[in-house]
Amino acid sequence: MVGILTFLAVVTVIIGWYLSRQRLFSKPWLEVGVIDEAFGAGGQPRSEPLDRPARLGLGLFLAVAGSLFALLISAYVMRRQFPDWQAPPVSDLLWFNTGVLAASSLALHVTQRLAGSGRWDDAKLGLFMAVSLALLFLLGQVLVWRQMTAAGYLVAGNPANAFLYLIITLHALHLGGGLVALGRNALRLRHMEEAGQARVSAGLRLCAVYWHFLLVVWLVMLAFLAQWVDDVVAFCGQFLT
Amino acid sequence: MVDIPRGPTPPQIIPDTVPPDYMPPPAEVKEVELYHAHSWITKYVFCQDAKIIALQYAGTALAIGFVALVLSWLMRLQLGFPGLLAFIDVNVYYQFITIHGMVMVIYLITAIFLGGFGNYLIPLMLGARDMAFPYLNMLSYWVYLLAVLMLVASFFAPGGPTGAGWTLYPPQAILSGTPGGQQSGILLMLISLILFVAGFTMGGLNYVVTVLQGRTRGMTLMRMPLTVWGIFTATVMALLAFPALFVACVMMLFDRLLGTSFFMPSLVEMGQHLKYGGGSPILFQHLFWFFGHPEVYIVALPAFGIVSDLISTHARKNIFGYRMMVWAIIAIGALSFVVWAHHMYVSGMNPAFGFFFAVTTLIIAIPTAIKVYNWVLTLWRGNIHLTIPMLFAIGFIVTFVNGGLTGLFLGNVVVDVPLSDTMFVVAHFHMVMGVAPILVIFGAIYHWYPKITGRMMNEAMGQVHFWVTFAGAYLIFFPMHYLGLLGVPRRYYEMGETAFVPPSAHTLNEFITVMALIVGAAQILFVFNLLWSLRYGRDAGPNPWQATTLEWQTPQTPPGHGNWGKELPAVYRWAYDYSVPGAPEDFIPQNQPPQRAATQASLQPAPGE
Repeated sequence: MVGILTFLAVVTVIIGWYLSRQRLFSKPWLEVGVIDEAFGAGGQPRSEPLDRPARLGLGLFLAVAGSLFALLISAYVMRRQFPDWQAPPVSDLLWFNTGVLAASSLALHVTQRLAGSGRWDDAKLGLFMAVSLALLFLLGQVLVWRQMTAAGYLVAGNPANAFLYLIITLHALHLGGGLVALGRNALRLRHMEEAGQARVSAGLRLCAVYWHFLLVVWLVMLAFLAQWVDDVVAFCGQFLT
Repeated sequence: MVDIPRGPTPPQIIPDTVPPDYMPPPAEVKEVELYHAHSWITKYVFCQDAKIIALQYAGTALAIGFVALVLSWLMRLQLGFPGLLAFIDVNVYYQFITIHGMVMVIYLITAIFLGGFGNYLIPLMLGARDMAFPYLNMLSYWVYLLAVLMLVASFFAPGGPTGAGWTLYPPQAILSGTPGGQQSGILLMLISLILFVAGFTMGGLNYVVTVLQGRTRGMTLMRMPLTVWGIFTATVMALLAFPALFVACVMMLFDRLLGTSFFMPSLVEMGQHLKYGGGSPILFQHLFWFFGHPEVYIVALPAFGIVSDLISTHARKNIFGYRMMVWAIIAIGALSFVVWAHHMYVSGMNPAFGFFFAVTTLIIAIPTAIKVYNWVLTLWRGNIHLTIPMLFAIGFIVTFVNGGLTGLFLGNVVVDVPLSDTMFVVAHFHMVMGVAPILVIFGAIYHWYPKITGRMMNEAMGQVHFWVTFAGAYLIFFPMHYLGLLGVPRRYYEMGETAFVPPSAHTLNEFITVMALIVGAAQILFVFNLLWSLRYGRDAGPNPWQATTLEWQTPQTPPGHGNWGKELPAVYRWAYDYSVPGAPEDFIPQNQPPQRAATQASLQPAPGE
């Protein structure tokens, strides 16, 4: 359970940092009057991003999804200590898929930058590329499945195979959910007069963050599947012993 | 921390630091920005108003809760009078145990506290018009309802619902010897739980974002009522803990459907060597309890928060040690993630781990004890009104202390090992996370019913309901501790000719069963009261309890669309200004400006004039 506890430690630090700025040591029974946080010095309203609640909502969802994948890692680490564990070889296609996902993430990042600077025609092209690359990634993952099955690495054959299938599935489902959100933003981009530029731009920014998150999650998962983590642990272990 | 006695006009302290992360919504909200229902369907069925969603959540939770109540009656009839009901065989008994436990813990208590009270109270108590993402909020309820319906559907599926016990431990959960194990019972259960987690996540994101971003002007985090603090912290915990249940359920689905061996060891069933091999049942236990223990506090923290508000309001006294109460809620929330393995002392874990988890378990008693002391000190010299909500609140404190103390027994490895899997454990967790939170749910319903409906609940029926429930719960669960100490095991369909169980234990079992039937019947009276008062209840007015918090200050009762009139309320003080010296009344609402309070105080004749 080290994986999830490490993840939760990070979340706890973030929550602690947030709470440390919330005057938890104040004495509310002594304070009467409006404590108006909306106004800075001189009574000037502080500028506030339009999509603050949505950003916060996404941040929370990333914590939930991160917790899910951290638990998966914890289960993976616990299960692989059993003697029947036989890790399947990592298909070359997985590396190609990783590159495609990284390209999709980069395309979406560029798209939201373009949208932010008002270059909407370029943004549309960027969005098309990002979606196409994400779909290509999903297709590639399906092909990995088929390759593994054809090579005899069946889901029930070994727990290591089962974890690989499970990780690919859960990650793909998260990306699928992201594509739904991205599809909504694409529709808004088409009918921009109704949605408003600021809203579309904010939506694309959130999607880009989610894409980066999924890329990082995939890289971490891949680090375990390709046994890089084992190599690092073994390397560090030399110094400890 | 000691509360400083306040003078008639408390000093105004301008905060030296201003939290930069938060900007309250504008006081005026243009009509077009609010969600508008255009038909009966969108107003009452597919509704995006948090208040209606709250009632949908609560109604569904109470309905399925009654199914679980009937199951507990049937189980008790079997235990008290074995063979009385012919249709209860050993398989049916296990199915009843499983569904009773799962429904009570997850589909009733968790759902009603977070989905019911959370939805109703968070926007109103914080001066918001609605939740941050109303559409997602609506979706949350419908996914929850789907989860409940899946669970109910398992009763009608071939083989019936799963009988794996509410912890669904593998390997037995998916073997053919367990009811529903090789049929659809376990599948429906796992899918239902996965849906519940998905639905809850949608709602949970709403609650947290609304608390952090939807508060009205002047409502700092440290001015929030403790009810909101409890629900907020529990929601954050649930968002982080429920993924463990999700992962466990998905992996078990893989094991059951695809023949993987995440949790399934090599085993022989009915002389056949199964295809499974090498899996770890302990891995499931870790995942389950990583969710399961925070779950105890996910239901306890909202109860803690609500009970704090009930006690303060009905004792007409500010809550003792507000800051410490907030810190204790946060501390309990954090600590509850590092105690999970105390549910697994008998799983053969490393003794060093057992020691670690025993220590963390005992440490968590410290912030919990602080809360109990603060409740008692709030009552101390308070102007206690023994209203129905107050009776339930006091009932909660006593019951929670009771169940908590037996928890200290079971938290110690050496005491837990002999008591594990006996009726002592059943009595402990029913007191601490069954009866205690349910007393709070009842208290809260009696307390907020006037705001929800505009009418008071009937007092006489409430008194009967409280006393039968409270006294009855003790008559059920106190003797159960004794049975546990005798060694009577839990989860047994019948005792048979067990030598170490004396005949008196059987008499006691009969007594417990009769009490359970009576307490269950009292809940029918409660439902009758809910419905009867809707039509015949006394008119409540906007603020019958003379409470300070914002939900009682709405322009309409029940609160109308958008909760507030044209302008959102501004908050000038904390939530516990009761019996302030010099004030004209014994409460000052949170949205009352200081000038007005001071003027009214100066108009009041001084004592002796």
